[in-house]
Amino acid sequence: MVFVLWGVTLVTFFLSRVVPGDPARLMAGPQASPGAIANLRHIYGLDKPLLVQYGRYLGDLSRLNLGVSFVTRRSVRTDIATYLPATAELAGYALIVGFLLAVVTATVSAYRRGTATDVTGRLTAIGGLSIPAFWLALLLQLLFHVQLGWFPLGGRLSPGVTPPSQITGLLTVDSLLTGRFGDFADAASHLVLPVTTLALGVYGLMVRIIRTSVIDALGEEYVRTAEAKGLSRWRVLRRHVLRNAMLPAVTVLGLEFGLLAAGVFVVESVFQWPGLGNYTFNAIHNSDYSATLGATLVIAAMYVVVNLIVDIAYLYLDPRIRYA
Amino acid sequence: MTDRAAAVERGRQERVAAERLRRATRAVGSFISQSRLNGLAVAIVALVLLVAAFGPLIAPQSPDQPDLSFILQGPSVHHWFGTDNIGRDLFSRVLAGCRISVEVAIIILSLSVALGTILGIVSGLAGGLVDEFIMRITDLFLAFPGFILAAAIAATLGPSLPHTVLALAVVFWPWYTRLTRGQVLSLREREFVLASRLAGGGTLWIATRHLVRNVLPIVTVQVSLDVGYAILSTSSLSFLSLGAQPPSPEWGAIITEGRSYLQTAWWWTTIPGLALALTILGFNLLGDGLRDWIDPRLRGSLGGVQE
Repeated sequence: MVFVLWGVTLVTFFLSRVVPGDPARLMAGPQASPGAIANLRHIYGLDKPLLVQYGRYLGDLSRLNLGVSFVTRRSVRTDIATYLPATAELAGYALIVGFLLAVVTATVSAYRRGTATDVTGRLTAIGGLSIPAFWLALLLQLLFHVQLGWFPLGGRLSPGVTPPSQITGLLTVDSLLTGRFGDFADAASHLVLPVTTLALGVYGLMVRIIRTSVIDALGEEYVRTAEAKGLSRWRVLRRHVLRNAMLPAVTVLGLEFGLLAAGVFVVESVFQWPGLGNYTFNAIHNSDYSATLGATLVIAAMYVVVNLIVDIAYLYLDPRIRYA
Repeated sequence: MTDRAAAVERGRQERVAAERLRRATRAVGSFISQSRLNGLAVAIVALVLLVAAFGPLIAPQSPDQPDLSFILQGPSVHHWFGTDNIGRDLFSRVLAGCRISVEVAIIILSLSVALGTILGIVSGLAGGLVDEFIMRITDLFLAFPGFILAAAIAATLGPSLPHTVLALAVVFWPWYTRLTRGQVLSLREREFVLASRLAGGGTLWIATRHLVRNVLPIVTVQVSLDVGYAILSTSSLSFLSLGAQPPSPEWGAIITEGRSYLQTAWWWTTIPGLALALTILGFNLLGDGLRDWIDPRLRGSLGGVQE
């Protein structure tokens, strides 16, 4: 894992130093004299050989220093810490909503296997994976903001609403903890459209996985035994079928994370959601290489950790793996 | 005598070709009849390929032809999909965009399949340090969420369609290397490969003659599963201004342009997006169906067969 993380720093570092725009020039502004640019380049070590710059970068990393953003002029670590909760809130709700809907559809599909209901269920799942998130986001804005006016166009809170004091950084949680129910409603209504867009992808992937595993579980002998014991259908489903069918859903969490990362990137951009995706997007477009590097690194590191947790969780959830 | 031999040979070839055609037709027939969704997939993909091939022939206008007397017109008999802010016909632009998406998917997947399978076969056959080295390289690329890596690469190279294509090929190839290597590891122990080796077959002969052919079906299924994702990623990157730039009629780029007119010209974003979604749906259905069709273990879960 350490090797992989080191590889990640190597890839991001060399990628972002090949950026066509000159960071020192961008930072100094269009009217800067060549001397001032050279000075900045010297301050940030941009005049050193790449290998030296990389060595410095690794040294900084070991002290958890991700450098300074040229655009916000704050440390990238502070920036990421500021923007991460917004993304976590968005992705968290999308994961929950998508997952719950998927369990229902997948179970119904599996029980009615081969019927028109099943085909419809599968079609909605593949549809969920096929509809481009950026297009769906625009359609939802068109329908629910422009036409019906039910939900706001974007952002996390309406203008003029002061965010509740930061406890978790999740606005829906913080507003409830501080008892500001009006703000909760406002934050929730801002969440509806972006969460719907993101949840659809989660739903599509999960339905496919869970449906197959429910079908597998239904064919197992322990299910037949449970039915023979006279357990109610609901109890068999809850205790025996779903519990076993959830295992494969855990294994695709890594895949899910990758899907959500892509979705967050696009959805935050359309809904002007002040999260990590939007931050990375702006950093890329401003050739803000410390910020691009930092954000990409943090996303990749989270991805590596999620995959590690999945491996460990799988070992724990399925004892057979140990003997295999 | 030689004439006769040639005629016999020609006849044999014709019979073989006819037999192949018959088998292919039967295969398509059995694929379609297996599930209702497979038929839908074949229909959509056939339509997309036809439009990509012949779209410009049926387009009423050039996709870049402005007409200032018809700006921001809704869908009508003259402009089926409406017009944009400088009067370009969106139907013609969507047709042109179809060809771009199909071409882009073909190039991305050709590049990654070529590189991926070659490295996979080398890795699987060579073993040892070579294998270790190639696998660690794939680890590096697989450590990133694919779309994020593609976005970073496209941004680094500078936003343009060729750079997006390259970025996505970089993201896709390691998957093909892994897939091929796994297949080769099991194939190389099989009797027919050992027999070929005993008969004096060199490594290159075995790789091209036996391994490539046997890896091909599973790679084909993976390609069909990836086409939709390649098209989706390309258009998403274009939408984020990291890929094709306006005035290109790439679907993501059209939608970016139309976004500023969301309130006044709904058709500008809605219709190209619908074409995009339908195309991706068609390829995803096809990939899904092919996978279930080829993998007999999954066959029961298709919906056509009842327990």
